Formats: sequence, C-alpha cells, structure tokens
Amino acid sequence: MITSFLMKSLDRSILIVVAILLGLALLVPALNLLTAPNHPLHVPTYLVSLFGKYLTYALLALALDLVWGFCGILSLGHAAFFALGGYAMGMYLMRQIGARGSYGNPLLPDFMVFLNWKELPWFWYGFDMFWFAALMVVLVPGVLAFVFGWFAFRSRVNGVYLSIITQAMTYALLLAFFRNDMGFGGNNGLTDFKDILGFNIQADGTRAVLFAASALMLALCLILTAAIVRSKYGKVLVAVRDAESRTRFLGYRVEHIKLFAFTVSAMMAGIAGALYVPQVGIINPGEFEPGNSIEVVIWTAVGGRGTLVGPIVGAILVNGGKSIFTAAFPEFWLFALGGLFVLVTLFLPKGVVGTAGAYFARRRAERKARANEAPDNLAIEPMAAE
Amino acid sequence: MYRILQILFVALCLLISTHVVGSRAADDLGALVDQLGVAKLSDMDERISSLAKTGDAKVIPVLEALGEGELYQRKSDGKVFLVKVQGADLLLIDPVTGMEAGQAPKAAMQKVKVNNAVRRAVRSALGGLTLFSDDTSARLKAAQSMLQTPNADALDAIEAAIATEKDATVRKVLDEARAVTLLLSERSDEEKRQAITLLAKGNGRTGLAVLTSALANADAALKLDIEAAIARIEQTQAFWNAGQNVWYALSLGSVLLLAAIGLAITFGVMGIINMAHGEMVMLGAYTTFLVQEVIRNSYPGLFDWSLAIALPLAFLVTGTVGLAIERGVIRFLYGRPLETLLATWGISLILQQAVRSIFGPTNREVGNPSWMAGAFDLGGLTITWNRLWIIVFALTVFAALLFLLKKTPMGLRMRAVTQNRRMASSMGIRTPFVDALTFALGSGIAGMAGVALSQIDNVSPNLGQGYIIDSFMVVVFGGVGNLWGTLVGAFSLGILNKFLEPYAGAVLGKILVLVLIILFIQKKPRGLFALKGRAVEA
Repeated sequence: MITSFLMKSLDRSILIVVAILLGLALLVPALNLLTAPNHPLHVPTYLVSLFGKYLTYALLALALDLVWGFCGILSLGHAAFFALGGYAMGMYLMRQIGARGSYGNPLLPDFMVFLNWKELPWFWYGFDMFWFAALMVVLVPGVLAFVFGWFAFRSRVNGVYLSIITQAMTYALLLAFFRNDMGFGGNNGLTDFKDILGFNIQADGTRAVLFAASALMLALCLILTAAIVRSKYGKVLVAVRDAESRTRFLGYRVEHIKLFAFTVSAMMAGIAGALYVPQVGIINPGEFEPGNSIEVVIWTAVGGRGTLVGPIVGAILVNGGKSIFTAAFPEFWLFALGGLFVLVTLFLPKGVVGTAGAYFARRRAERKARANEAPDNLAIEPMAAE
Repeated sequence: MYRILQILFVALCLLISTHVVGSRAADDLGALVDQLGVAKLSDMDERISSLAKTGDAKVIPVLEALGEGELYQRKSDGKVFLVKVQGADLLLIDPVTGMEAGQAPKAAMQKVKVNNAVRRAVRSALGGLTLFSDDTSARLKAAQSMLQTPNADALDAIEAAIATEKDATVRKVLDEARAVTLLLSERSDEEKRQAITLLAKGNGRTGLAVLTSALANADAALKLDIEAAIARIEQTQAFWNAGQNVWYALSLGSVLLLAAIGLAITFGVMGIINMAHGEMVMLGAYTTFLVQEVIRNSYPGLFDWSLAIALPLAFLVTGTVGLAIERGVIRFLYGRPLETLLATWGISLILQQAVRSIFGPTNREVGNPSWMAGAFDLGGLTITWNRLWIIVFALTVFAALLFLLKKTPMGLRMRAVTQNRRMASSMGIRTPFVDALTFALGSGIAGMAGVALSQIDNVSPNLGQGYIIDSFMVVVFGGVGNLWGTLVGAFSLGILNKFLEPYAGAVLGKILVLVLIILFIQKKPRGLFALKGRAVEA
C-alpha cells in the first residue's frame, strides 16, 4: 500500500530526477574506485566529497521547499535543524575515535579531557551506537521543530514574524553551541573523526559509499515529498499557503497541517546534516549562523519554490557557482550572491525550474490548441509549475 | 602629647623647607645624603626619615635612587652621588644641585647598601613626601596610593598632611587613608572605633578589605563594631552595584533604541523587512571614519566637531542609499514581504562586500572627541561620557521622529499611507513618493545611529550584522507600527539583559532573552503595543 502511495507520486520530472540520482549513486563511485587515477573518466575523491556535499545541501533545500514552497512558512532557521542532525552524527563519530585521540582517553573526547571534565555528560550516552545516533539525527530536529511549531502555529504566529523568530531560534542555538560549558566542543566543534561503522572515514571507498548514500537518501526524500505533496493532505497544505483563513473556515486544523509539514521538513534537514558531517569532516557552531539559513532560502528560490525538482537544481547550481567563484575571484562571490538574491526575487520569482516549466507548459498548450484548430487564446493559461 | 609635638615638628620642617632657601639648607641636605653612605643598615631607617622630614623636593630623586640601588658613595671622600651606568664608567649626578658631576670608574665607587627593610622605608617616606607636594593632583595621587596600600608607618605623615591640607577632595581621601592606616597601627581602641565609623560611611573596597583583615585579630569589644561596619559597607556597595547595573541597562537600552528606531520606521510603519538595515548603520559609522580622516589630515583643530559634521552627512549618505534601494528594488516588491526580505538580504551582502573591498576587512579607527572621552563619578557610580551622550542622543532622535510623524504634514501623509494606501491615494497623496521618502528617512536615521555607535563599537564591515537581529527583536517585541512600543521594547530588553547577566553570564543571559522573546511572541503575536482594528489584517 505504501508502495502504491509512493508510486502514484512519480510523475515524469520526478522520475527523471530519481533516475539521474540512482545513476549517479552507481556511476560516480564506480568511476572513482574502478578507474586508474590517470584515466580520462576518473573522478578524484575530493570531487566525490564535494558533490556529496552538494547533494546534502540539495536535500536541505528540498526540506525547506516543503514548508516554504508548499506551505508558505518561510523558515529562516533550517540551518539549525541541519546543524543539529550534524551534531548528532558528529557525536557518534567522536565516540568512534575512542582511545585514538591525542589524549588517549577511551571514554572522553579530546576537548572534554582538555576542559578537565571527569565523566561523560548524560546527553553523550548512547552515541557510541550507530542506531541510536541515527535515531537522534531525525529525533532531535524533529522534536525541536515540533515543540517550536506547536507553540508558534497554535498562537498563529505567521508571515514575517515567524521568519524572525525562527531566525532568533537559530541565533540562540548559535550562541549556546559556542559555549564550552555546553559540552559540544564550543568554538571548535567536533572534528578529527576517524571511523564510521568501522570503516576509515578518509578512505576512498568510504567516501564513495557516503556519496552513494547521499544520492539515495535524496532520491528517497524526493519521492516522499512528492507523495506528501500529491496526497490529499498536500492539497490542503497548498490551500493553507494560498488562503490560510479560508482553509481554517472550511474546518481544517491549519496549525496541525503546518506542524506536520514543519516537523517532517526539520527531520529531513537533520538527515541532510548527518550526511554532510562525515563528508566534510567537521561540524562547528558556525553552521547555526543565521546567514546560512538565508542562503538555503536563496538556493530554493533560484531553483524554484513550489517545485520539487527546483530546490535540488538550485542548491547544486548556487553551490557549484560558489565553489568556482570563491576559487577564481574570492572578492566577487558576495557581490554575485547578493546580486543573485536581488535578481531572482525581482525577475525570476518562480526560479529556473518554475520558469522553464511554465515556458514548456505554454508551448505544449499552444501546440495542442493549433492541432485542435480552435485558437481559443483565453483558455491558454500558464500551468502552475510543479 | 608626643604626637602633637611630632606633628608640629613636621609642620615646622615643612615651613623651613619651603621658606628657607639658600646654601644652608643645601648644605644640610648634602650632609644628610652623605650620611646615608656611612650608616649601618639598622640605622638607615632613621636616616631616611630625617631626610624625608626636610620635605625638600630634591629628596625625592635621592630616595628613588636609593630604592633602585642607584646611589653610590665615592670611596675617596665619602660623598654620595646618584649614578647612571655609562659603559664601564658611572656618570655621577650631584644630589643637591641635580647637575652632572663628571664620571668615575666603577672601582672608585661603592654602592649604598639596601635591603628590603630599607626599600620599605623608602617607599613610605616617598609616599609621605609627595603628600606635601605643591601640586594638588600629585597630593591626591599620593593620598589614594596610601589608601590603596595602607602602611602603619605612614600614619604620622598622613596626620601631618591632614593638618596642612586645604583641598577638600584630597582631605577626604586623606581622612579615609588615615582611618585605614590607623586600624593597622597600635593606637587606642577609642580611636580605632572612630576610624571604623568613618570607614563604614564610605564605600571603598579598601576599607572593606582592611576591616575584614582587622576583624581577625581584633578584641571582642572592637569585633562587634567592625562587623557592623562591614555589613554597612556591603549594603552600600550592593546598592551602588544595583545602581551601576541600572546604568548599564539604560545604556544598552539606548543602543538598542538607536539601532532599532530606523527599523521601526521601515518595518514598523511601512511593513518592509529591511535586512540591509544593519548595513545602513555600518555606512553611517564609516562616514564618521571618513570625516575624521579628513579632519585629522587637514583641519586637526576641528576634531571635537567631527561628530557634529558627520551626523548630517551620514544622514544624507544613508538616506540616499536607502532612496536608491527603495526606487531600485523594493518598490517592485510591495505586498510580498518575504521576497523583500530576501532582496534586502542580498543588498546587505553587496554593501558589506563593497565596504570590505574599499576599506579593508579590519577595524578602522574612530576616535572619541574630547567631550565624549573619560568618565565621572556620581556617588558610587562611574559614568562614562560617551554612554551618557548616546542615551541623550537616542532620546533626542526618538523625540524628533515622534514629532515628525505626529505633528508635520509629511508625517500625516506617512501615517495615512500606512493605514490605508488606496484611500490615501484617492485623497491625492502621491503614495510612491511618500514610500520613497519614508524609506529614506528610516535609512537616514540608521546612518545617524551609526555615527553614535561608532563611538562605542568596532567600525568594521560586520558592524551591522551584530545589530540586525537585536533590532528586529526590539521592534517585534515592542509592537509593529508603534514608536512608543520600540522605546519600551528597547529599554525593557536592555534592562532584562543586564539583570540576567550577573546570574547567568553574558552569553547565557542573551540566549535566555531570545528564548523569552520567542515565548512572548507566542503569547502576544503582535508585540507589546499591538495595532488594533482593520489595519492589522491588511
């Protein structure tokens, strides 16, 4: 039943993207591991990690799109959920180091020994087990989003007010994680990881598997989001976005609908963070920066909010551009990013994918109209992009 | 009786030293100095005090040299000189005339011996000497140092100084110093009791420390007095600490008000989320920097006027930038607040990077004009001038803005457009024009805030970033569309922050404030002073 529920959601564009992702998950590791370093088709390991990072960003943007594009909640705190998932994974990786840290303490991570801590704080218990950490990766952001959303949506905080308090939330978390007393490594965060599930985290094989895992997880979440959006619940979600009061008067519990989307989205962001950390090798409080959350919004906007494929395209486009720009003209990256914000909001409100989709839809409609020999121009309306 | 005689004697010496000039005094001084060379270590104490009792200013370098081990005796005639090492030789300086007296090989000289007891005697004698200086500020400094590091030996000197002191401020410090010193000495309980009473009236930390240490070896009768005095001092200190905290809170509140007041116009009145607001503050600060650079290089005399010159300039610069932003970007986005947020965030990135490219990423130096530097004491409070001026400035700007909005035709039009755009338009108000001017006004005020904040914060491209979240919190907390709400919001957040700080620490206090605001928004989603009526849903 679940399969049929998920299968129904696969329209053409989703199918294409899922197929590409599955292909990448197989092809890139294969090209990295099976070809010689001087082979023309060889993909170096650093590129594998770089693209793996882009895929986790794409997942984060997809998560944001679920709440912003389909429910109208502009969250400026999604980087917080991403970072919390990352910290949960980072804690697992820290515990995996064991006695190989520079202080050689089998139980305490290095920074705790350095700060003269005598025993492991209670919230670090259980993180030596992968399943527990994996559970926490979705649970911690999920619970935070649930509690936060439950209060916020119940008292009908919406629009810009919600954006501002989500920003305050991530700012408060930023300040909190910078403190050494919190027990999360303070300023330096968690780093110097050695193993994941017993495999060396630096090894080419592990990197390739992590890339494949990111691609698969992104494909899975894309199907899930598509299923949510195409379902009956998804229709109500869009109704909340377009006319919140009217939906409420029709008898729907708007706050419950928003809360579900917000929580699911936060969990997806947490997963993205958990996949990001082992590929980048560090997690520190800088990830909570309010600026990061706003950057996620621009990825989604560039790709096209309210389209499922858009955020993925946008995240990869913007971050690819960032990698190229910061290497070639570091001075101009912020100009480019700032300009992107302005230009996209002014001239491309539907984003790349949305605009292209609208263009093709119009072309299709025109062709159809010509074929029917009934040039009824009034009927031609740009379809809502999806 | 003996003490009175002693005081008289010191006073007499003072009189002699100040009024009798000529070779006799110089000869005496020379002889006294020479005696240092022949004295045994055990006699040094007496020699030093007899030197000090001359009260002659020339004694000061001699004693300093003695303490430093730079006083030597010539082996041939036993004369004592101040010396400076010059290669293998010693440069001799006559202690009486202060003139150079040739050089001598090291072998011909012998160092005047010192030990810790001698150094201590030198120090207290020096303190006593400067107590009689002609310069009031030197006397005050000496008295304060005696109060900070009380020494029972200096009691006589202090009492002698009190007898001759005319200046009230110095006298007050001397009285306290005497009381502190007296507690350490072997005087009678009755005198000590008086001293304790005097100390209890003050609020000095030294008094508290001395009393606490005196408590340990006081007899039962005195103990009660001391304990009462300590309790009293602690109470006064707690009172003044609370007062100081209120002052810090007001100061923080005024900074928040300054940062948020421009936003109260753009966000509060117009409903535009201007994420580039912080960058307007930064541009204002950089305008101040530029003005000061020009003044430093070309008209150094005008430095005290630099802020007065920078203020209108900053208003013009940021107002113009604001106007350009409104005309260029924001006017296409009215009615889409979330998009405005993104576009202005982009603009803020561009402005930051532009300033970074032009002025460099490091902090630039912005100086305080003389009337903003320094601090003064009010009771037990220390009040810095720059903080005081910023409070005054913030309130002035607030009042001016309120007047502009409530009492001028322009303000009337602004409020009309805010409340009902279409109706205002029908009545003949050019709404796009009003929009542009309102946004320019909000930006200009942010620039003026930047001039003020440049006095207390680092002027760097990231200056604005630090204020943007706080400013939004203030406006949202106070209630959108209401200037009074911004005022109350700014000061209540300032007070809350500063009163949480002692218990929770600075960072945790800030986190708590943020959490409290988030919870507060749940309770009152429209802030403290919410707009009521139809305008709310629009």
